Amino acid sequence: MRRLLPLAAVFAALCCSAGMAQTASEPLPPKEMNWSFDGVFGTYDRGALQRGFQVYKEVCSSCHSLNMVAFHDLAGPGGPGFTELQAKAIAAGYKIPAEPNDRGEITDDRGNRLTRPGVLADHFPQPFPNEQAARANNGGALPPDLSLIIKARNGGPNYVYSIITGFGRAPPHGFTVMSGKYYNPYFAGRNISMPPPLNKGSVSFSDGTPATVSNEAKAVVTFLSWASEPQLEARHRIGFEVLAFLVLLAGLLFLTYRKVWHGKH
Amino acid sequence: MAGHSSYVPGTGLTRWLDQRLPIIRLVNDSFVAFPTPRNLNFWYTFGGVLAFMLGIQIVTGIVLAMHYVPNSELAFLSVEQRIMREVNYGWLLRYLHANGASMFFIAVYIHMFRGLYYGSYKAPREVLWILGVFIYLLMVMTAFFGYVLPWGQMSFWGATVITSLFSAVDQLVPHLGTSITTWLWGGFAVDDATLNRFFSLHYLMPFVIAGVVGLHIWALHVPGNNNPLGIDVKGPQDMVPFHPYYTVKDGFFLVLFIIVYLAFVFYAPNFFGNPDNYIQANPMVTPTDIVPEWYLLPFYAMLRSVPQKLLGVLVMGGALVSLLFLPWLDTSKVRSCRFRPLMKQLFWLFAFDCVLLGYCGSQTADAVWNIAGVELPLVWIARLGTLFYFAFFWVLMPWIGKIEVTRPLPESIAQSVLSKGDGL
Repeated sequence: MRRLLPLAAVFAALCCSAGMAQTASEPLPPKEMNWSFDGVFGTYDRGALQRGFQVYKEVCSSCHSLNMVAFHDLAGPGGPGFTELQAKAIAAGYKIPAEPNDRGEITDDRGNRLTRPGVLADHFPQPFPNEQAARANNGGALPPDLSLIIKARNGGPNYVYSIITGFGRAPPHGFTVMSGKYYNPYFAGRNISMPPPLNKGSVSFSDGTPATVSNEAKAVVTFLSWASEPQLEARHRIGFEVLAFLVLLAGLLFLTYRKVWHGKH
Repeated sequence: MAGHSSYVPGTGLTRWLDQRLPIIRLVNDSFVAFPTPRNLNFWYTFGGVLAFMLGIQIVTGIVLAMHYVPNSELAFLSVEQRIMREVNYGWLLRYLHANGASMFFIAVYIHMFRGLYYGSYKAPREVLWILGVFIYLLMVMTAFFGYVLPWGQMSFWGATVITSLFSAVDQLVPHLGTSITTWLWGGFAVDDATLNRFFSLHYLMPFVIAGVVGLHIWALHVPGNNNPLGIDVKGPQDMVPFHPYYTVKDGFFLVLFIIVYLAFVFYAPNFFGNPDNYIQANPMVTPTDIVPEWYLLPFYAMLRSVPQKLLGVLVMGGALVSLLFLPWLDTSKVRSCRFRPLMKQLFWLFAFDCVLLGYCGSQTADAVWNIAGVELPLVWIARLGTLFYFAFFWVLMPWIGKIEVTRPLPESIAQSVLSKGDGL
C-alpha cells in the first residue's frame, strides 16, 4: 500500500491542475453560505421560513409554481410553523380552479374559469394554466417549478441564493447579453431569462427584519429548502437517535467479539 | 467440507421433523457448526454484509412498490410527492433504498477485490467465483432498472443511452439492432411501456439474485472458505465453528457498515445521486451531461474510449465477461497475494486503474487534463486505462503466474495464527 502513496499524490496533483481556463460564459462557483439547516443538528429557522413564504407568495409565485406543496404543509411539523387557522386563512386567500358546478360548467357566462377559495388540502395553484402559457408570458422561457429546485441544482441552496442575488454586475468586456436576457455570472451561459427578482424593499417583513436583497434571498432559499426537503428536521433527529443506538450496539458487540475470540487468535 | 453432520435433535418434535425435512440440520450444518478457517480477517465480513443489503433492498423495495406508480405521467409524482412527502416515513424508505443500492455496490466491490487479492477464485472455487460474477451482473441490471423508476431526467436519458447500445448490432446485421431496441422499449422510444417492463423486471430480479446467492453459498460450503493465507485447512486445529466465532465477528463489522450506510441516509441522502434526477423526465430536453450511477462509471469510461460504437459495446461487455475466465487466466500455484510479490503490486495497480477509469467516466466526454501546459484529452487516459484493464486479465495474469518467485507458504493456518498471535 505504501508504494501507492506517491501514485496517489501524482493523481491528486493531476486533478488539481486539470482545472480548465475560465471562459467568459462559464458560471462562477456558487457563494458559500451558512444555513441553519446544515449539519447533523441543523433545523430550519422558523422566522426565515415564514419570511421566505412571504417572498415566495409576493414575488416568486407570479411566475413559478410550487406544485408539490399543500397548504396544510405550512402548519405541519418541521415546517414554517403557521397555526392551522393561519394556514386555513392563507389557503382561503388563493383562488383555486373550481370543480364543475351543478350544471357541469367550469366557466361562467363570460367564459372565465370558475374558482373557489383554497382549503388546507389544496396545493399552491400554478401561475399559468399550462407550459405554453408560461412560455408565452416569459419570452419563451419556462420558469421551473420550485418544489424540488434546491435538490435539482448542483450546489443546492448556495446555488439558488447565488442566482437570485447574482444580478447587477457589469458583464465582462466583450460579453454579449442577449436580447431579453439578463447577465448573471452564476448561471450556466451567464445569460438568464429571469429578470432580477428581488429588490430592496420588494416585500415588507412584519417582524421588522430589514428587507434587503440578501435577507429576502436568505429567507426564500430557506423556504424553498424546506419545500424540497420537508422532512429534514425529522430526518436529522431520528438519524441521531439511530446512530447513537448503533454506536452503543457496536461497542457491546466489540466487547462480545473480544470475549468470544479470546485465545483463538 | 461439512461432510459429517454434528446435529443431534434435542426433542421428540425436532427428531420427528429431522426424519421428514432436515431443515434444522441444514441450518445447523451451514450457519452454526460450519467449520470455518480461524484466520478470516475484516475483508471476509462483506459476504454477510451483502446478504444483509439484499434483504434491506427487498424489504424496503416491497413497501416502496406499494406506493409507487409505474406510469410515465405519474411515476415522478408518486416518488417525489407521495412517497417523499405523504407516506409515513416514505422518505426514509426511499433514501434507505436509493443509498442501499450504492452501499450494496461498495460492499460487492470490496468483496470482489478481496476475492481477487486472496485468490479465492482459484481451484477448487471456480464455480463459486463464476456464480459471484453472475450475481454482480444481475445486480448491475437490477440497479439499472431501478434507477429508471423515479422517472427523472437521468432515469430517462440513462435508459435511452444504455438501451440504444443494442442498436450498434445494426453494424453487423442491418436493422437487427434497431429491432432489438424497439423490442426492448416496447415502442419507438423509452416511454410508458419501457417504464412498466423495467418496473416488472426490477421487482423480479432481486429474487433471481437471492436464488443465485443460495447457489453461491452452496458452492462456498462444499470446498469451504478460502482464507488470507490462501492455503488449505489441514485439520480441526485450523478451524472454528461459524457460530459464535463468525456470527459475532460478522455481526460487529456489519453494525459498523450499517453506521456508515445510515450516516449517508440521514445526513447526506443525495450524496450518491445526481441533481438532474430531481427534474421530471422530459424527452424534449437532453441534460448537458448524461452520466450513469457511480458504480458503472469505469465501464462507461471504457465504452466512451472506443470511437467505434459496436466495438465500444463489445469492449464494455468484454470487461465484464473477462471476470468469468479469471480462474483459468491466473496460472499461479499460490492463491494469496501475501505470498505473491509481483501480483500484489499488479493488484494495487489494477485497483488504481479501476478508480482512474471511474474518474474518467465521471468527467465530460471532451474533458482535458492540462499538465504543465500540455493538453491531454481524458479520453486517452481512459484508453490507457482500458488497455491496462484487459492486459491485466489476459496478458499479465497468465504471464506473472509463470515467472513469479513466490514467498514460502506457512505450514498451516494454526501455526501461522499462533506464531503471530493475531488473526486480523
